[in-house]
Amino acid sequence: MLAAQIVINALVLGSLYACIAIGFSLVWGVLNVINLIHGSMIVLGAYLAWGLYQALAVSPWYVLPVAVPLFFVFGYLLQRLLLNRVISAPVLVTLTLTFGLDLILNNAMIYFFKADYRKLTLKPPLGSVSLFGVVVPVDRLIATVLALALTGLLYILLRRSRVGRAIVAVRLDRDAAVLMGVDVKSIYAIAFGIGAALAGSAGVLMALIFPISALTSTAYLDKAFVVCVLGGLGSVSGALAGGLLLALAEGIGSATIGPAYATTLSFAMLIVFLLVRPQGLLGRKGFE
Amino acid sequence: MTRANLALLILVACLAALPLFGGAYALRLGTMACMYAVLALSWNVVGGFAGYPSFATAAFFGFGAYVTGVLLNAGVSLTVATLAALAGGFLLAGLLGVVLLRLRGHYFAIASLSLVGVLRELVNNATDLTGGGMGLNIPLASGSSILADATFFFYAMWGLLLATALMLVTVSISKLGFGLVCIRQNETAANMIGLNATLYKSMAFGLSACFVAAAGGVYAAWVHYIDPSDVFDILYSVKPIVMTLMGGLGSPLGALCGALLYLALEEVVWRNYIQIHSGVLGLLIVALLLLLPHGIVSLRITGLWRRAKHV
Repeated sequence: MLAAQIVINALVLGSLYACIAIGFSLVWGVLNVINLIHGSMIVLGAYLAWGLYQALAVSPWYVLPVAVPLFFVFGYLLQRLLLNRVISAPVLVTLTLTFGLDLILNNAMIYFFKADYRKLTLKPPLGSVSLFGVVVPVDRLIATVLALALTGLLYILLRRSRVGRAIVAVRLDRDAAVLMGVDVKSIYAIAFGIGAALAGSAGVLMALIFPISALTSTAYLDKAFVVCVLGGLGSVSGALAGGLLLALAEGIGSATIGPAYATTLSFAMLIVFLLVRPQGLLGRKGFE
Repeated sequence: MTRANLALLILVACLAALPLFGGAYALRLGTMACMYAVLALSWNVVGGFAGYPSFATAAFFGFGAYVTGVLLNAGVSLTVATLAALAGGFLLAGLLGVVLLRLRGHYFAIASLSLVGVLRELVNNATDLTGGGMGLNIPLASGSSILADATFFFYAMWGLLLATALMLVTVSISKLGFGLVCIRQNETAANMIGLNATLYKSMAFGLSACFVAAAGGVYAAWVHYIDPSDVFDILYSVKPIVMTLMGGLGSPLGALCGALLYLALEEVVWRNYIQIHSGVLGLLIVALLLLLPHGIVSLRITGLWRRAKHV
């Protein structure tokens, strides 16, 4: 029964990891920028859900339609006004810039919300379902379904919409995309905006499950890194595969070695993958 | 020796005169200045010469602090413990470098960043040896006055700074430095003409780590108490980069000036606005990258500095 529980837990956690990582992966793949603000944006989304629930008793799943446009505009402006100025600079510069932005956002959150851990507790609690001895809390189940829905939505957006095809084109070959009349500057900003919207919505879902604090942002960021490397950069299915693999490895690792070594374990996996299979599990050059 | 390198050594030498002028507070600031300068100059070997964006400084700083701390508790003298941290840091970085430096660009940055997390976690879990999350107390050197103590640690850190500066100057005029610059410009081509890139990069990583580890050791002995979240703070990785960017990328003199300027700014912010100090640091980083991307060395003060070569 333990094995079945580990697998189910990995499915739940893996979908959430994928949701955390797809926005990050999109920005990395399209803009070639490691977006270190991603973790703090997730936490900001969680605070949004928490604040709305405290003030107006709005359930987190209704917050999603609000969070997506808000975070999209935030990300779009951030890219247009700041990041775009150094977009062609070396890795070190873009990385350090997003680190600086992260420090500002993180410090602002600590300042306004204090460093205390908050928890969004639904009233009445949703309880849990159990089937053949495998227990899954209902709130986690809802978060998983919504995470998968968001992932699927991005997939459809990239495959079917005009903007999505343009994003994929820029990812595949920037110069050719310019020649085909794609406005790369605005695609960069839109992709960054989508990345931010996904981070914010992932945060809303995280608020359902995990305690909220600005101090947890690096943990989310670390997960996003590892998932991207495991699954392959810049693809939706890759992020899903990477998320599931990481969650499964963590589940098995916790059951056998102990949860205290989770970071070491994922670092070891990261290094092995980077050396043996740098393109990731499902890595291809394109984005869908 | 170039003019900039000479200026670097002269500036380091001038720092040594600090105890003549200041009290205990000035000595504390001076010790911090030397420590930051060691970190910034060391980062220059791998980040400036070889062009690998390393975020591993905090990992080696914490490693050195813990090696020294554990050895001091075992009754070893400070000199031996610091030397052990230095040698250990060099070996650890050299060996890790063989694996990590195969990665390039973003991937290397991330791998070096996660190294900090891994070492922190390992130290946290090895409670028997390191005290884990409770931290590690380090015995006080008995029988000396506060001022004598402060002066001693200032000169210890200054000695490390001098050693780092000499190492950097030596590397920059040696075959190793030339090879590293080749690697930065085109690693594949450098490999093609028979340069052992793996060896050179590992050497650079080792050299950039050993004095950082030693500085961590002196820091541990200086503050008498270390814990994983303090010495493995990711900010120790980022600050040297900010200092280098402030001073001007690829210029050792710039890195030293950047370290001093950074410390001055940090001290002012820390003293007056403690609640928002990391946000101010963030603002500083953003402003710096957008407005002054080549650092203060690129500011022309007629005839005093030449424009730093952009790398």
